[in-house]
Amino acid sequence: MGFQGFYSKKVLDHIRRPRNMGEIKNPDGVATVGNSVCGDIMRLYIKVKKKKARPPAGGEKGKGVEYIDDIKFQTLGCGAAIATSSMITTMVKGKPLVEAEKISEQAIAETLGGLPPVKFHCSVLAAEALKKAIENYRKKKVK
Amino acid sequence: MKRVYLDYAATTPLDKRVLEAMLPYFSQKFGNPSSIHLWGQEAKKAVEEAREKVAQILNCLPEEIYFTGTTTTSDNLAIQGVMRALKNQGKNHLITSAVEHHAVLDTCKALEKEGFTLTILPVDKYGMVNPADLEKAITPQTGLVTIMYANNEVGTVEPIEEMAKKVPSSKFQVQSLFFHTDAAAVAEYLSLDVKKLGVDLLSLGAHKFHGPKGVGILYVRKGTPIFPLTFGGHHESGLWPGTEAVPLIVGAAKALEIAQKERRKASEKISKLCGKLIEGILNRIPGNQLTGHPQNRLPDIASFVFEGVEGEAILLALSDKGIAASSGSACTSGILEPSHVLTAMGIPSELSHGSIRFSLGKETTEKDVGYVLEVLPEIINRLRKMAPKL
Repeated sequence: MGFQGFYSKKVLDHIRRPRNMGEIKNPDGVATVGNSVCGDIMRLYIKVKKKKARPPAGGEKGKGVEYIDDIKFQTLGCGAAIATSSMITTMVKGKPLVEAEKISEQAIAETLGGLPPVKFHCSVLAAEALKKAIENYRKKKVK
Repeated sequence: MKRVYLDYAATTPLDKRVLEAMLPYFSQKFGNPSSIHLWGQEAKKAVEEAREKVAQILNCLPEEIYFTGTTTTSDNLAIQGVMRALKNQGKNHLITSAVEHHAVLDTCKALEKEGFTLTILPVDKYGMVNPADLEKAITPQTGLVTIMYANNEVGTVEPIEEMAKKVPSSKFQVQSLFFHTDAAAVAEYLSLDVKKLGVDLLSLGAHKFHGPKGVGILYVRKGTPIFPLTFGGHHESGLWPGTEAVPLIVGAAKALEIAQKERRKASEKISKLCGKLIEGILNRIPGNQLTGHPQNRLPDIASFVFEGVEGEAILLALSDKGIAASSGSACTSGILEPSHVLTAMGIPSELSHGSIRFSLGKETTEKDVGYVLEVLPEIINRLRKMAPKL
């Protein structure tokens, strides 16, 4: 009951049964976005592995492709913040980094069956969290 | 699934006795009160009897009672109406408080944009206005003071009597200085005697006290200068023209009659249950605090802020368990700003994002309270586990 008119079925499903929720110990990349003043805080953890050039795109022969082996989220926020962070984890798990980082806020919102306009910024936050987690991984690698 | 409605401060169900009183006026006694024939006069009688009933409860004259559209209409009429009428007398200053309902606050701010001067009084950590602050704010140009009777979000009861007395006796001995109060939240619990309160204008909305939606009441003390905002007829002495909503008016009066007759009984029962809910939540869940005044509060409001959880997420989880409550969190406001009431009380936004208000009604049972106390700790715990450690 309740909230059906406001949130799509998929959003409600992700709020009720968040996927990949929790923490990864010793992650390869991590990022926290948002702030407690605005109300929503998201943190994404990623584990990155290399595969031989089997994945569909982006892999050069012999070089191996970096992909997201595992991803987890922690979120303090409203229903949409929980749903977008849960959704992005399912969208990018197992995907090459070069593909994952291209995921847009529109794509997240669409995959969730749409978001109320006032909640669209939550999908922006989720996309930003992933980009920053990948960035964090690359920076660590350079060191 | 069990269903527990604890959002009576948002709206209440229509009392069956009220519905019964209203029913004849929809299709049987359908006349227009302005018509002089039998049908019209029957409707007119119903409206005037309703007015007398309300006047009796408010301890005023029937001609001082106006039926309007909603509490918001009453607030607009009172604030805009009085200020516009006083403008010719060189009065362009009005005073309100930082914790008013938007119906009052936004109306005052709209007048400010038009060129009126507005003072917004601060509140203490309990949401209470200090009468001394009001006294200081009054100037020879002040025309209207509008401060709510009790706060709808945190339940704090404002010292209206004390403040209303300060208005005529203020240092300027100002004539034509009027006091309005929005009493939307209190009809089922506190006295509405306008003489005792000392107010010049008072707003009510019937759906907050088991009456119908779509009808408000405005008391305007005789002799108070007030202009209408809309035009088109003699109805409600020209202050709120338009054909009277006869069934709604009949319902509003009946609901107010019942609310005030059963006020003591309801207060006693509800404050007991509410006390249990407050105590239970404070004891069973770590990291939360009661918002609003610990003693001077409405008996039906149990309002809290929870650390490390967001209000809308709590509401969703409660809703899944069949429980209705509300929140002042930014995410539920539609404008992404936390409750102005909690902010004015000095509650940091990190905390006010986790605000929840339960409001009880005469239908609330001990079992309902027990059920909330059973499921809420689990919900808060689960959501906190989901949050990143900062």
